[in-house]
Amino acid sequence: MTEIFGVPIQALFGQLMLGLVNGSFYAVLSLGLAVIFGMLNIINFAHGALYMAGAMLTWVGLEYLGIGYWWMLLLGPICVGLIGIAIERLMLQWLYKLDHLYGLLLTFGLALMIEGLFRDLYGVAGQPYSIPEELSGAFNLGFMFLPKYRAWVIVASLTVCLFTWYVIEKTRLGAYLRAATENPKLTQAFGINVPLMVMLTYGFGVALAGFAGVLAAPATQISPLMGSNLIIVVFAVVVIGGMGSILGSVLTGLGLGIIEGMIKVFWPEASATVVFMIMAVVLMFRPAGLFGREK
Amino acid sequence: MSATEFLRVSDLHAFYGESHVLHGMDFAVRRGEYISLLGRNGAGRTTTLRAILGLTGRRTGSIMLNGREVIGMPSHRIAQLGVGYCPEERGIYASLSCEENLLLPPQVGSGGMSLDDIYAMFPNLKERRYSQGTRLSGGEQQMLAMARILRTGAKLLLLDEISEGLAPVIVQKLGEVIRMLKQHDYTIILVEQNFRFAAPLADRMFIVEHGQVVAEIAQHEINEKQDLLQEYLGV
Repeated sequence: MTEIFGVPIQALFGQLMLGLVNGSFYAVLSLGLAVIFGMLNIINFAHGALYMAGAMLTWVGLEYLGIGYWWMLLLGPICVGLIGIAIERLMLQWLYKLDHLYGLLLTFGLALMIEGLFRDLYGVAGQPYSIPEELSGAFNLGFMFLPKYRAWVIVASLTVCLFTWYVIEKTRLGAYLRAATENPKLTQAFGINVPLMVMLTYGFGVALAGFAGVLAAPATQISPLMGSNLIIVVFAVVVIGGMGSILGSVLTGLGLGIIEGMIKVFWPEASATVVFMIMAVVLMFRPAGLFGREK
Repeated sequence: MSATEFLRVSDLHAFYGESHVLHGMDFAVRRGEYISLLGRNGAGRTTTLRAILGLTGRRTGSIMLNGREVIGMPSHRIAQLGVGYCPEERGIYASLSCEENLLLPPQVGSGGMSLDDIYAMFPNLKERRYSQGTRLSGGEQQMLAMARILRTGAKLLLLDEISEGLAPVIVQKLGEVIRMLKQHDYTIILVEQNFRFAAPLADRMFIVEHGQVVAEIAQHEINEKQDLLQEYLGV
């Protein structure tokens, strides 16, 4: 068997794929955080909990309502987005004029409450969710087996990221969004309903988290704790990429996923901390992050 | 007169946080009229424009726009009634290209200029349409800030210090633009430091001091009221 630095090539590619899958989740989640931070100036600590809600809803949908994966792929993000809109209208909108810290505290509190709610309802044990039939099995690429579901996660995530990037950078709506992010008051004085856009942006940002949650459902153990496990890494990803940069958060998410996967092969002990080590180094040399602009 | 009155500001008070900036502004503008608010720095002229659009903090008093009370409305609703705003700092977006800046403000009325008309009037903007908005020169940015509100069909233009810091040929160009706008029946409120830019065109001038209108000078009174101008503006 072919080896690279003493590692079988199959294991290497396997980890690379796994890294890409993780990176896809990082990318979708940090993209949502970046969009929300850009527009609302709020560090959305509830993001992990809403990701978890997306996964839990997927499971609940099948278990109690008989709604399958594909429908939940649509309904999950919509439900989570609506929860987000309710959060924005009822709570967040009163915090925009205050320091970042208040938004952070509020969303952190919300994260604990959402998590607590699901813990209370379904316990902390992981729930299994089987991969939909169309995506079970694997492709034989010759040098490795690629599970279909992993390929799907990567393709679906990147498509959503690309779509989001396109809308923000290339369309009229995106121009409104960028303008409202840069100078909300003036943008509103041109006749654009900025408060409405802020609300929809938060809804969309958390819907991305919900989408990631649905994608994760068949790939991981669904438990109320899955969000808080992941979100710490995602925040590190956002810090490395730079808050508020769309493309930066996507590229950083994917890149770090791959690095993490590779480190697992060559230096397994460091794989859990490598992201934070990179974060420390990046912060030393580029405090605004790799793609961030200093304010 | 009230039938043609487009904007009436009465007893307008405005605050930024704790500081009380406007102390009962009173003035009215007729449809198609071009007025200028003159005064020293800090007199409250810019704040008056911002207060009309709801961009200050707390406000009291009354702002009647085309027969409707707008003081309680959010900024975007006021703008949608046909108000175009060209801010003192120009407000060109760095995250938008020149053309995206131009296309940003949505339609708020009929009869706005087309993109082609605008490019014919400001050929520089066409040349630089794909440049990042803030990479344009100061003069180009000012043209852009003016041009983008001419596209929207806004009938009331609030222009803040548009000649500030610009080369004489550009100031001259802006003068031509304003003359053209006047012919096309736009209602214009111009805040100016530069008396010589404002005076030849304005139908009436209001002198603002300490957040109030302290004098009104019609175009034909400029010569006889020289002493007033001297007293308040030093010209």
